[in-house]
Amino acid sequence: MNIFVCLKQVPGTTDVKINPETNTLIRQGIPNIINPFDTYALEEGVRLKEKYGGKVTAISMGPPQAMDILKEAISLGADEAVLLSDRAFSGADTWATAFTLAGAVRKSGPFDLIICGRQSTDGDTAQVGPEMAEMLDVPFIAYVGQIEEILNGEIRLQRLIDEGHEVLQSSLPAVITVSKEINKPRLPSLRGIAKSRSAKIPVWTLQDVGLDPDKVGLNGSFTRVVKIFTPERVKKAEMLQGEIETQVDCLLEKLKATRLI
Amino acid sequence: MQYFLTEEQKTIKDLARKIAEERILPVRAQLDEKEEFPWSIMKDIADSDLFRIFVPAEYEGLGYGCLELCLALEELSRACSGVAISFAVSALGSYTLIDYGSETLKRKYLPDIASGKKLAAFALTEPTAGSDASAIRTTAEKVAGGYLINGTKQFITNGGEAAVYTIIALTDKSKGTRGASAFIVDKDTPGFTFGKKEKKLGIRASATRELVFQNCLVPEENLISRPGMGFIMAMKLLDKSRPSVGAQAVGIAQGALEAAYDYTQQRVQFGQPLILQPVVQNMLADMALQVEAARSLVYAAARNVDSGKDYTESSAMAKVFASDVAMRVTTDAVQLCGGAGYMKDYPVEKMMRDAKITQIYEGSNQVLRSIIASELRKRKAANK
Repeated sequence: MNIFVCLKQVPGTTDVKINPETNTLIRQGIPNIINPFDTYALEEGVRLKEKYGGKVTAISMGPPQAMDILKEAISLGADEAVLLSDRAFSGADTWATAFTLAGAVRKSGPFDLIICGRQSTDGDTAQVGPEMAEMLDVPFIAYVGQIEEILNGEIRLQRLIDEGHEVLQSSLPAVITVSKEINKPRLPSLRGIAKSRSAKIPVWTLQDVGLDPDKVGLNGSFTRVVKIFTPERVKKAEMLQGEIETQVDCLLEKLKATRLI
Repeated sequence: MQYFLTEEQKTIKDLARKIAEERILPVRAQLDEKEEFPWSIMKDIADSDLFRIFVPAEYEGLGYGCLELCLALEELSRACSGVAISFAVSALGSYTLIDYGSETLKRKYLPDIASGKKLAAFALTEPTAGSDASAIRTTAEKVAGGYLINGTKQFITNGGEAAVYTIIALTDKSKGTRGASAFIVDKDTPGFTFGKKEKKLGIRASATRELVFQNCLVPEENLISRPGMGFIMAMKLLDKSRPSVGAQAVGIAQGALEAAYDYTQQRVQFGQPLILQPVVQNMLADMALQVEAARSLVYAAARNVDSGKDYTESSAMAKVFASDVAMRVTTDAVQLCGGAGYMKDYPVEKMMRDAKITQIYEGSNQVLRSIIASELRKRKAANK
C-alpha cells in the first residue's frame, strides 16, 4: 500500500482573532498544530500500513514552519514527508490547494490511497479532499467512519450518515476523508521522535512539482476572500413590566414582530 | 529552576506529561474510586516507548538511566501516582535481571518488558519480613530440574497483573541473608498463585497482591547470578530505585501545589481571592520551595546513581526528603482548599492519600534515616 496523508497546519486554538486591517488571522502567540481532523487521517494511514504493509507519506502545503507538523507526523508513524512550499503557492483557495497537492502526488508516482481529514478547523470547507479526487480522476468517499477491509485492489468501508452508516466498496486508488469516529490517534513515541529529529524532509517548490504558475496560489484561485471579521456578539435584554397578563401580551407582540412565531 | 536537562531528557519529560494530561487526568478519579488496574494507560505508555527507558539497547530498550526514569515518573505521578507506580515497578522487577542476569535470561525476558507487552514485579516482603527483610521464610530447594519454591510474599505491587516476577527466596536457610537467592518466575508457572487484591488507602489504581508458592518448580537457569547473592542484590536494587520513589513524591507534591494554587486563585472570601491573603501566600511559598528542594535532591541523587559511584546515602536522602515533602505539601493543599479539598470532587484528597505510601515503601523513612546516620558515622570514622 502506498498511502498519502494530507496534513494542514492550523492555529491551535478555537479562539481565532482577525486583524481588521489586513483581514488575516492573527497568528502571533498561537502555536501551530496539525489540523485535529487530519490526525485521524494520519493514524488511519499508519494503522493500514501496519496491517497491510507499505509506506505512509505525509504531505502538506504551507510556509516553511509547516515543517514542524511534518516532523510530528514522522514521530507519529509516517515513513516519509514532503513539504510543498513556495511563495507562488500562497493565497491559494481550496481549488488551487488541491491542484498543488494532486500535482505533488502525481509527481511521486502511483498511489493506492490518499487520506485527508474531513475538514480543517480554520477554513472548515471540506473541499480539498474531493477536489483532489476529481483532479486525479479517482473515486472519492467522504466521512469515512471505519475501513473494513482492503482486498484485491478494492476497499470496503463505512461512510457515516445522519441515520447511521452506509457500507461502500470502491476500487483503488481512491481518495477518502475520515471522521473522528474512525480511530483514537496514538501519542508520539520516543523512537518516533528520535526518527523525526534526524528525518530529512524535502521541500518542493513550484518548479520541483512542475505546475503551471497560473494554476497555483492566488493566481490559480477561483475564489477570493473579500472580508473576514469576528462577528460581534450583541446581548440585549429587556425586562417586561406590569401585570403578568400585560407581560404575556407584550411578549407575544414582540415574538410576532420578530417573526419568531 | 533550570536543571540543564539534555534535549532527550526534555523529550522524555514532555512526552510523559502529554500522556499524563491526555490519558491519565481524565480517568484518574475513576481509577481511584473503582480500584481499576490501568491497562489501557499501560498500553499508551508502552506505545510511547517509556518502558524502553530502563532497558539496555541490546535488549530492545533505549538504555537510559535513573534520571530519565525519574523524569518520566515525576510527570506521570503529577497526574496519578497509582498509575505511575504500576509503570515504575516494571523497572524495579527488571533491574536485578538487567544488572546480574545471564545473557540467555535477559534475551528471553527483556524485549517483552521493553515493549510493554509484559509487566514485571519484584517480591521481597513477607508477612514476617517488612523492614527486617532478613526475616524472609520463603524457600527455594534445589531439586532435579531446578528449584522448588515454597512460601508467601506479601504486598507485592503489580502482583497478579505482571507476567514476570523477580523473587527472593532462601536457598540455604542455615546461612541467613547469605543464603538468599533471586529467581525469575513466570506468572503461569504451576504452583504459583495469587492471594486477594488488597484494598488500599492510596495508589488505588495499582494492584497489590500476595504471591503464593506451593511446590512451584522453577528451572535452574532462572536463578539470577549465584546462589546466596539474593539479599545483596536486593539491597543494591533498592539503593538504585529509591530516587524513583522520590520522583513519584515530587510529582505528587507538584500536582498538589498546582491544584492548591488554582483553587486559592479562584476562591473568593472576604471579598477577594484567597491568594491575596498573606497567610495563604506564606503557605504556597513554603510548598513551592519544598517541592523545588525535593526535586533538586531527587535529580542529584538520580545523577549519582547514573555515575555508578556509591549512592546508598544519596538515594536514601532523596527518598526520605521527597516523600516527607509530598506528605506535608499534599496535607497543606487539602488545608488550602478547605472543605472543598476534603471532598472527592477535588483531586487533592487523593493526592494526600497517595503521598502516604511514599514514606513507607522501598524502605520506611525511619529505616532510611538510620541508614543515613550510619553512613554519617562511617564517613566520620574514615575521616572524610
